[in-house]
Amino acid sequence: MGKRSVIPYGPQHPVLPEPIHLDLVIEDERVMEAIPSIGFIHRGLESLVEKRDFNQMTYVVERTCGICSFGHGMGYCETMERIFDVEIPDRAKFLRTIWFELSRMHSHLLWLGLLADGFGFENLFYQCWRIREKVLDLQEMTCGGRVIFSVNTIGGVLKDMTSEHMQIILKTMDEIEQELKTIQKTFFEDYTVLSRLKGVGIMPKEKINELGCVGPFARASGVAVDMRKLGYAAYPMIDFEPVVSEDCDSYARCYVRLMEIYQSIDIIRQAIAKIPSETDLVTPVKGNPNGEAFVRLEQPRGEAFYYAKASGKPNLERMRVRTPTFANIAGLCEMLKNTELSDVGLLIITIDPCISCTER
Amino acid sequence: MANIKKSPWVLHYDGSSCNGCDIEVLACLTPVYDAERLGIINTGDPMQADIFLITGGINSQNEETVRQLYEQMPRPKVVVAVGVCACTGGVFKDCYNIKGGVDTVIPVDVYVPGCAARPQAIIDGLAQGIEIFQERLDEHRAKKKNEKSAKGVSA
Repeated sequence: MGKRSVIPYGPQHPVLPEPIHLDLVIEDERVMEAIPSIGFIHRGLESLVEKRDFNQMTYVVERTCGICSFGHGMGYCETMERIFDVEIPDRAKFLRTIWFELSRMHSHLLWLGLLADGFGFENLFYQCWRIREKVLDLQEMTCGGRVIFSVNTIGGVLKDMTSEHMQIILKTMDEIEQELKTIQKTFFEDYTVLSRLKGVGIMPKEKINELGCVGPFARASGVAVDMRKLGYAAYPMIDFEPVVSEDCDSYARCYVRLMEIYQSIDIIRQAIAKIPSETDLVTPVKGNPNGEAFVRLEQPRGEAFYYAKASGKPNLERMRVRTPTFANIAGLCEMLKNTELSDVGLLIITIDPCISCTER
Repeated sequence: MANIKKSPWVLHYDGSSCNGCDIEVLACLTPVYDAERLGIINTGDPMQADIFLITGGINSQNEETVRQLYEQMPRPKVVVAVGVCACTGGVFKDCYNIKGGVDTVIPVDVYVPGCAARPQAIIDGLAQGIEIFQERLDEHRAKKKNEKSAKGVSA
């Protein structure tokens, strides 16, 4: 048995875009145990329900996380719509779907870039982010914001897309698809990339189920969970199947996320083909909310859970968000056991941690 | 910008932001906005950094981390607060765990507003930061020179 020692990892670390702290118990160069400590970004966002009314909370909840901002806003609005018991117009449903998929694309492209940066492939990182900028331009064109859109409102959406917008989106989708095919080769076939990803960070299917991991992390280990199949927004009218891989390693996580970008492109094309032409975008809601509801959504990182309880006052009684990374941290600590110290940075990235979501 | 002689390195730390500004900071470094043409490199090591770029407000947990990172940086140094949360606490100002903007812990030189701050604004903030850095560097050198010559006279 080698000598045991403890290495603190984070909160500030070159490979980590966000602060998380891990105490790594190592024996020689192997990680025996990883003990996380979180709370560096805790703001107490949920407590703001006491000070802001339910309409203002839409904009607060959107700022849970800047990467999956649209999803958070949409999750909150869907929860409130269930409390008010209103059905939003069909066009609004499709618009939400398009924006949600655009934000999924930008999130996955961002992750692919960070992964490339994680194993020191600077050029690939830049290529991924260059493609990502095209998605951000579409978001800016349709909503006016690059990362935080603020287009959701309780009962529908605030902005509409014109047919010119949709033509531009379709054209850009074709371009992105072409460019993705060129970088896909590097991710899937390059010798150096494969040597960093293949067989690293094995997470068996049983462990995923046991620890309740979600999202692409779970799908890469053969668990076909996808909350989009629950049928919110316009997803019931769209034909898609969750991307699943049976490899259970870092390569599989990369594969699943890259393939999901193609899937998002496909969903956007279907949504634009099927979108009904209505002028009405918002079903107005009256009075104050009363009752409780919850909603489950598939965020880019996995299943997110929204709960709200209202008692007929402008301020909600309780609001709760459970985010995908929170579910995946338990899986991360399990996965880090018995890996090389040099792989730790990369493995933390492979679960796509979003600490801002987790700590709120 | 014409008198810039050095290439300052940037240390980026995510205070308690929502990530929106962080990804915009990273977007600045990538080809479309390309802040590297100003000689900026994003470094992970506070000991080698000249400009401290911080996003998000200050809470009880990260207060000490921010102060330590600031103290580890060599003089002269410049602090750029990116995003409205780093400036004042922003939308989270009334949250129980937020103490306020970055200036509650360390002195801030440049404030970049926005939610999320746009890459153009961040690059502008960085450019102003570089100018302040250059002034401080010149001051620092003049002071050293004076000290040296004063020593020479007394000897």
